[in-house]
Amino acid sequence: MQIKPILSALRRHKSGTILIALQIALTLAIVCNALFIVHERVDKVNRTTGLDETNLIAVSNDYVGAPEDFTPLMKTDLQTLRSLPGVVDAYVTNSYPLRQGGWSTGVQTDPDSKAKGQSTALYFGDEHALKTLGVRLIAGRNFNAGETVTVGRQQQPGTAQVIVTKALADKVFPDGNALGKVIYLAKGKPSTIIGIVEKLTTPWIQNDFVEGDYVTIMPVMFNSSFQQFLVRTQPGQEDAVFKAIPPALYATNRMRVLPDKVGIRKFEEVRRRAYDADRGMAILMSVVCGVLLAITAAGIVGLSSFWVGQRRKQIGVRRALGARRSDILSYFMTENFLIALVGVIVGVILAVGLSQWMFTHFEMKRLSLTYVAIGVVALLALGQAAVFAPALRASRVSPVEATRSV
Amino acid sequence: MFSYYLQLGLRSLRRNPVLTGLMVMAIGFGVAASMTTYSVFRATSRDPIPQKSSQLFNTQLDNWGPDKLEKGEPPQALSYKDATALLRAHKAKRQTITYPIGVSVIPDNAGRLPIREGAYATGADFFPMFDVPFLQGTGWTLEDDEKHASVVVIAKSLNDKLFDGGQSVGKQLNLDGHLYRITGVIEDWAPQPLFFDVPNTGGFDEGAKVYVPFNRAVDLKLPNAGNNSCVAEPGEGWDNYLRSECIWLSLWSELPTKAEADSYRQYIEGYAADQQRAGRFSWAPNIKVRDVMTWLDVQHVVPKESQVSLIVSLGFLVICLVNTIGLLLAKFMRRAPEIGVRRALGASRKDIYAQFLIEAGTIGVAGGVLGLILTGVGILGVGLVFPEPVARLATLDPVLIMLTLVVAIVASLIAAFYPTWRAAQVQPAWQLKSN
Repeated sequence: MQIKPILSALRRHKSGTILIALQIALTLAIVCNALFIVHERVDKVNRTTGLDETNLIAVSNDYVGAPEDFTPLMKTDLQTLRSLPGVVDAYVTNSYPLRQGGWSTGVQTDPDSKAKGQSTALYFGDEHALKTLGVRLIAGRNFNAGETVTVGRQQQPGTAQVIVTKALADKVFPDGNALGKVIYLAKGKPSTIIGIVEKLTTPWIQNDFVEGDYVTIMPVMFNSSFQQFLVRTQPGQEDAVFKAIPPALYATNRMRVLPDKVGIRKFEEVRRRAYDADRGMAILMSVVCGVLLAITAAGIVGLSSFWVGQRRKQIGVRRALGARRSDILSYFMTENFLIALVGVIVGVILAVGLSQWMFTHFEMKRLSLTYVAIGVVALLALGQAAVFAPALRASRVSPVEATRSV
Repeated sequence: MFSYYLQLGLRSLRRNPVLTGLMVMAIGFGVAASMTTYSVFRATSRDPIPQKSSQLFNTQLDNWGPDKLEKGEPPQALSYKDATALLRAHKAKRQTITYPIGVSVIPDNAGRLPIREGAYATGADFFPMFDVPFLQGTGWTLEDDEKHASVVVIAKSLNDKLFDGGQSVGKQLNLDGHLYRITGVIEDWAPQPLFFDVPNTGGFDEGAKVYVPFNRAVDLKLPNAGNNSCVAEPGEGWDNYLRSECIWLSLWSELPTKAEADSYRQYIEGYAADQQRAGRFSWAPNIKVRDVMTWLDVQHVVPKESQVSLIVSLGFLVICLVNTIGLLLAKFMRRAPEIGVRRALGASRKDIYAQFLIEAGTIGVAGGVLGLILTGVGILGVGLVFPEPVARLATLDPVLIMLTLVVAIVASLIAAFYPTWRAAQVQPAWQLKSN
């Protein structure tokens, strides 16, 4: 290949060359990092909860007035919900996956331990919880009807029986023999693990205290004015049940509030709201990447066209001296490749530097090198595609141009 | 001369519509992306109470012990024990404790359903301290605080709902079955970031519609509707909860001078040292007394999304500029012969500068207008990326409109500087010779 003459020609167009290389470098740095953010967010949005999310409705309810004991009200409401036509089952809890608010506490195997213990999210429920959520019990048994206890507002709950996720069981008992073992929650009373469910995520999509699916379900009725009811409907009955819930609940007891936006939600709405910010960020970054690549390509087309125009006479001379059209085409393609190569080399350094900076400032994950590699290939290809049309035009310059003045 | 150069510039731009379009789009997109993300950043990082932010202080104090803390930062909130002790000591001009409560308003009319409203339990000083704007009446008094009076301040929108916007001072309000006397109606007031309750709102929230006295709320055992963190089991019942080390209260103090702030800080330090001497804390005092902006900064109120997208869009703007430099260079240098002729006919370098900068300026104006339209679209789309309470804050106000145009024009002039310089360097003799 005629690399040497290309290099010496480039030396005469320093500023243009540097500008294209710089643009490619910067584009690579931004696009790699933006795509990485997109990938991270898409991964997050696609996380499963372990629930059967279809035909599931969440009701957020607040009792008005200040009775000493809310449990009779809750029990009546549960009866009302369970007896609605089209309802499979229902239970009452403090929180559920993707709700973005809930309780966490530490799990210990030794009640006298000074350490904080493995963090776990706490879900309250009863024997109807697993069926309503649609999670799979893989070991042990469900709660019994008589095991549910009432817990007051300012108490840390501790129950004799708990069901935990497999993730938590394996974390606390790495040998895999968690079933039947005793754990202590927040240094409270001893709790025996009576069942293990396959998967159930925490209420938070990001939380410093609970990473991973470390969840404990307790047979508890939480004596508070503020409650979450979960309702599973028969397939095809979701809309009908959704409409029937508010009048049924108000008919049972008017002294309650079902808040405007979050009062009654289908679970798909819960999921949508939870991941709004992440989905938006992924869309924004994708759009930015698309526009950036388009602008970079347009820049290359513009500058290359200018060069072709400037060098028509030179091209004509080469053609007159016997250069084939393919020689001219490959000249410009190679020229762009060389410039882009320098650009991507600088770009890789910038991309890694930017990622490192974001890692220290925003606690973001470090850029995976796969993305850098994809970015490099994409930008080299983009450069070649962008220069193709101007190069083709150059190759069509006729040898007669050699005799013309500019 | 200006209008002549402007005409020349416009004609030249029309000659290469594709190239011109590319430049206008590059500037427009670059500016729009930066301005849209900047609008969010500006909204989330602004000073919520500029006239007083350096005089208002949040108090933090380690009642948990160093091994329970992350990076040595004292807990975000105070226990009842500490908050009330520090309030009683009265070492600041004004002081108030706040915590969010959930209350339901029960309408007099039995046919209407109860309404749930966001509410805070706080002290009388809350209103003058934070310059809360009143529409009717006033806040309650310090005496009301001491008497544990059943009084309430409500916001305009609730007043509209319950009393059709009429005079309601002196009337009764039924919250969860308890009657309160309305002392004042305020505007729907929610400074953003909601600095006085960052732990529970993250800084962005609609704000409350109901404010009740702290002492009365504690008497009624109104549970805290916000975060509650306990390092040890508080024991059963409300009184045990008040005695516990659970943290759930914010304490704010108004300290108008630096001397007052310093002596207040010393007092808090001394208080913590006393607790250590008394055997309650087995660790050295670890306290923080921070003014509004420092507090917002330490609590990372500006969302990560907002910062990352601002950085990415600034990078985007830089790339658009580099691109524009390249395209302008191509465009200007293509006219080297024309420049040569003009120079040979006596145009000075200054004239060339003027002509080409004006031409670039017109691109900047066009890019700015496009950028403005796209910024408008972008701000409408902000709701896709940012949570609703944050997105609401991003608005296209006159300042942002001006800024968008200025940034676009300045950016295009910066981009034009090098190509123009190159154009001005064109040697007349060379160009004439080759012709």
